[in-house]
Amino acid sequence: MNNAKGLPSIEAIVIGASAGGVEALLNILTPLREGFVLPIIVVLHLPDQRRSHLAEVFARRVALPVLEASDKTHVEAGTLYFAAPGYHLSVEQDRSFSLSLEDRVHYSRPAIDYLFESAADAYGPALAAVLLTGANRDGAHGLAQVKRRGGLTVVQDPDEAQVATMPRAALDIHQPDHILTIDGIGRLLVELEQIAC
Amino acid sequence: MERNYSGARNSEIELRLLIEAIYLKYSYDFRDYSGASIKRRVTHALSQFECNTISALQEKVLHDPKAFMQLLQLLTIPVSEMFRDPSHFLAIRKEVVPLLKTYPSIKIWIAGCSTGEEVYSMAILLREEGLLDRTIIYATDINPRSLEKAKQGIFSMENVRAYTSNYQHAGGQRSFADYYTAAYGYAIFDKSLCENVTFADHSLATDSVFSETQLISCRNVLIYFNKKLQDRAFGLFHESLCHRGFLVLGSKETPDFSAYGNQFEPLVKQERIYRKS
Repeated sequence: MNNAKGLPSIEAIVIGASAGGVEALLNILTPLREGFVLPIIVVLHLPDQRRSHLAEVFARRVALPVLEASDKTHVEAGTLYFAAPGYHLSVEQDRSFSLSLEDRVHYSRPAIDYLFESAADAYGPALAAVLLTGANRDGAHGLAQVKRRGGLTVVQDPDEAQVATMPRAALDIHQPDHILTIDGIGRLLVELEQIAC
Repeated sequence: MERNYSGARNSEIELRLLIEAIYLKYSYDFRDYSGASIKRRVTHALSQFECNTISALQEKVLHDPKAFMQLLQLLTIPVSEMFRDPSHFLAIRKEVVPLLKTYPSIKIWIAGCSTGEEVYSMAILLREEGLLDRTIIYATDINPRSLEKAKQGIFSMENVRAYTSNYQHAGGQRSFADYYTAAYGYAIFDKSLCENVTFADHSLATDSVFSETQLISCRNVLIYFNKKLQDRAFGLFHESLCHRGFLVLGSKETPDFSAYGNQFEPLVKQERIYRKS
């Protein structure tokens, strides 16, 4: 259902990022105010290391509670989740997380495509998906799947992205609802949240 | 006027019917597996089988057991490595082995052993700790081809190079090459490691407990199950383990949120090593 501003009513936000992603994510997420109600689920590619400290790093800078998404736990409102390194992260139909160890996609595990495609199935039109800077082609198919299921798609402006490969790969196969700068993405998330409230 | 159908999408209906058909026909029960992963694997199978719809795939596997066996290879994920998460094996050596040594004979169940990587890792560890001779290992899986591969103990040298580094970080005491013979790009593992290993078909979804055990290793299997099936598996483990027996899981698995949450206590929480309480 669209409101007066033409924005849909969203229940969850998924974000995919790779090279340059930590900085981009911090710029988008640190301005969010305490009490932001939508869950935000992030796949961020990192060099292989089994124990990452992403959740800790972001918890210090972001007003939302930050967690590593655990297998079979429910997606909670107002929480920022990171995919565990080394495992794919999916959202199930009942909106709980599941982890898996299928082969890497675009050399990556977790893969943005897996999160986006599964969340598209779970949330349908109530999902917003954001693809940020990165040096590979992960996320492009997932983004297209989000659109097919009626969700809202956003790609970071490649001219602004630290590494433009990933946004450009998405634009090659998919016309998103919005191409925005980091600032624009931050503002859009706030607007989506206000509509959801 | 056309009626507006608002039920489930075709692909979801077809997926459920396929899973049901496989259960009715072949008794393989994927009904309580995590949906997202199963859907991806079936979607992948569609291209392999050159089918446009899941219904077409269903027809194929229902009428052709060979096609089903092929599909089973895609539905079960033989992604494994030896000494995966080396610190986990190091913790087993340091924290579990000293307690295992107090038993005159030991039975270990490796549930969901896939192509055997966990089995050989455990057998090597036990040999170095002087326990292999008095241990019986039950290595179970639902995929007969995986079990066959596990029995053969042949792994590509490319992978074995990565396993070597894992082995060293896991507290390995020898040269990893002592355990295999290299030939034509493959490593053939020492058969004597498997002298006391029984490879067997067993499903955590449909079968029951077959033996009392002192240690159960079930790593990166439960993540593919939904909560209900996870509970069933934890129930089997609880029933099989002796008093104060050990349960070791994959790095993102825990009994904490299951129906058996208070029946297992962490011994080394970080390494997912639990004890029956």
